[in-house]
Amino acid sequence: MQSVIHFGRIDYLIVCIYFAFVLGIGWVLRRAMKGSGDFLLSAHSIPGWVAGLAFLSANLGAQEVMGMGAQGAKYGIMTSHFYWIGAIPAMVFLGVFMMPFYYGSKARSVPEYLKLRFDEKTRGFNAVSFAVMTIFSSGISMYAMAKLMGLLLGWSFEGSIAISALIVLVYIFLGGLTSAIYNEVLQFFMIVFGFAPLVFLGLRDVGGWSGLKAKLADVAVSQHFAPGAWSEAWSHIGSPSQNPMGVEWFGLVMGLGFVLSFGYWCTDFLVVQRALAANSMTAARRTPLIAAVPKMLLPFLVILPGMIAIVLTYQASKGATGGFALPPKNGAYDYDLVVPYMLGHYFPTGMLGLGMTALMASFMSGMAGNVTAFNTVWTYDIYQSYFAREKPDSHYLLVARLATVFGIALSIATAYLAAAYNNIMDVLQLVFAFVNAPLFATFLLGMFWKRATGHGAFWGLVLGTATAALHHGITQPMGATSLVMGGWLGTIAHVYPSSMAQNFWTAIFAWSVCFGATVAISLATRSQKTDEQLRGLVWSMTPHRDSEEAALPAWKRVAPFGALVVALALLLNLVFW
Amino acid sequence: MNLDIRYPIGYLFLVVGAILVAYGLASDPAIYARHSLGLNINLWWGAIQVAFGAVMVALARRAASKRAGRD
Repeated sequence: MQSVIHFGRIDYLIVCIYFAFVLGIGWVLRRAMKGSGDFLLSAHSIPGWVAGLAFLSANLGAQEVMGMGAQGAKYGIMTSHFYWIGAIPAMVFLGVFMMPFYYGSKARSVPEYLKLRFDEKTRGFNAVSFAVMTIFSSGISMYAMAKLMGLLLGWSFEGSIAISALIVLVYIFLGGLTSAIYNEVLQFFMIVFGFAPLVFLGLRDVGGWSGLKAKLADVAVSQHFAPGAWSEAWSHIGSPSQNPMGVEWFGLVMGLGFVLSFGYWCTDFLVVQRALAANSMTAARRTPLIAAVPKMLLPFLVILPGMIAIVLTYQASKGATGGFALPPKNGAYDYDLVVPYMLGHYFPTGMLGLGMTALMASFMSGMAGNVTAFNTVWTYDIYQSYFAREKPDSHYLLVARLATVFGIALSIATAYLAAAYNNIMDVLQLVFAFVNAPLFATFLLGMFWKRATGHGAFWGLVLGTATAALHHGITQPMGATSLVMGGWLGTIAHVYPSSMAQNFWTAIFAWSVCFGATVAISLATRSQKTDEQLRGLVWSMTPHRDSEEAALPAWKRVAPFGALVVALALLLNLVFW
Repeated sequence: MNLDIRYPIGYLFLVVGAILVAYGLASDPAIYARHSLGLNINLWWGAIQVAFGAVMVALARRAASKRAGRD
């Protein structure tokens, strides 16, 4: 295959050095893996700042990085809503209000919390759907990486899969969760060092922020929007027709900012696991708050390149030569390639190696994050609960190690499945979205309403998931071309202005039904748990005096830190209003 | 935990930064005119990485000697 980017010997050298460090970390950590708790939970030994950066990085997979670049080009600065409203408030809520229950309950996973708080069937539902989802995500990461490396560097599909699978396998097999967390921290710094010069050079090229803003106005006007539509985050959100995202403020704030964001950041074990690995309750609560600070600055690293790219592409379409232009695709542009193409454009050999290594690193830590979360849920929530209950710990360590092997084997199978049947992947992704949409209602009621029962939680989740599917089945985004986009039940009750608006509203409906059904069914059923059993799991049954926290000076405590993070995010929203 | 993560981070950026600095000094300036607006990005960004790596290693060493002092 003809490669798009010219990769020199120095570039390959940098890639190899990075891989050597990644494997080296696993090798050094191997001796610390004495029991299943070391391997699956990092023995609660990770300092707060390390857990915080891993928390951030676990979500910063390459699809995220490239996707945000693509959306930056398509939608401009509005994309940062996925950070400033779609992440920060939920991360603060997790740290301040929810972490005391997760960490304090001594649950080893999110599904296990559900078992302690509700019952076995609620845990089973969450554990099984989560385990399948992690394998799927890890396989998709692998597939996307192999496809991209084939396109950019001319690597063979099999070769990319084999190398990435082998490296991830070795470092997790040796060092478990700690290895994954350490490599996530390393990857965070790779992304920062690999992308910061790209933004610097790009901004210099277009005349700084003011130059970018002026040129984005041309792009916006050429697509019949107000001049500020690409450079102002909130000013054009009164109605869906005013902005390229096709969303209005209520759907955005409630759908993205509340339901989807809280559902992901506060309940997804992939990220929560990083906080649970922290070495104290205070460190665990600070984990998402520490992550929130770099998180709110990430748009400048991952969204700006897309915004710069669309300006340069627009100029090229008007006759400018020698600059950058996005590759065309189906009469529009191939936005998904914004980031790697920008790297190839601005980086000479040397820096190019660093930039591409950062991208590969985030693909692999995307895989590793999913595999480590899968290991824990498989070993504790599925194997130990349903197959072999009372075994010595060494048995579970072995099972966890083997889970790494077959987890990666299943990921490889998924990657090949994705290569063969793209539609299956879209459908699966949709099903997971249905399962995830109502989740936060269950946790909110579980943690803050003592009366919520296991039957209420389980049937609330089932009905919420069904509502998401039903809503998707009878609505469509404008210009839908396939049934994966909605309307597969035959009748169309409503047409949304964009698929993003449809997603937001699917989530809002699913959440509301789950919330209402959980409350109603809980009131109609008897709680199986005594007050004593709910201690540490529910707000009203938990003592709120935390002696560890009380010993700290006020400015070091969790709540003021959380308030500061919220204030900073608010400030960013105002600056880019 | 038997490994301070700041060591691998520090050494990685020391090594990669040094390679970029060396390559920046040795490479043909034409590649910078073609890609990075005439700026020798390998040289100066490599230097920043070396400095960052050195700070990380220094912090890890200080923490280690503090721990040793306590024992």
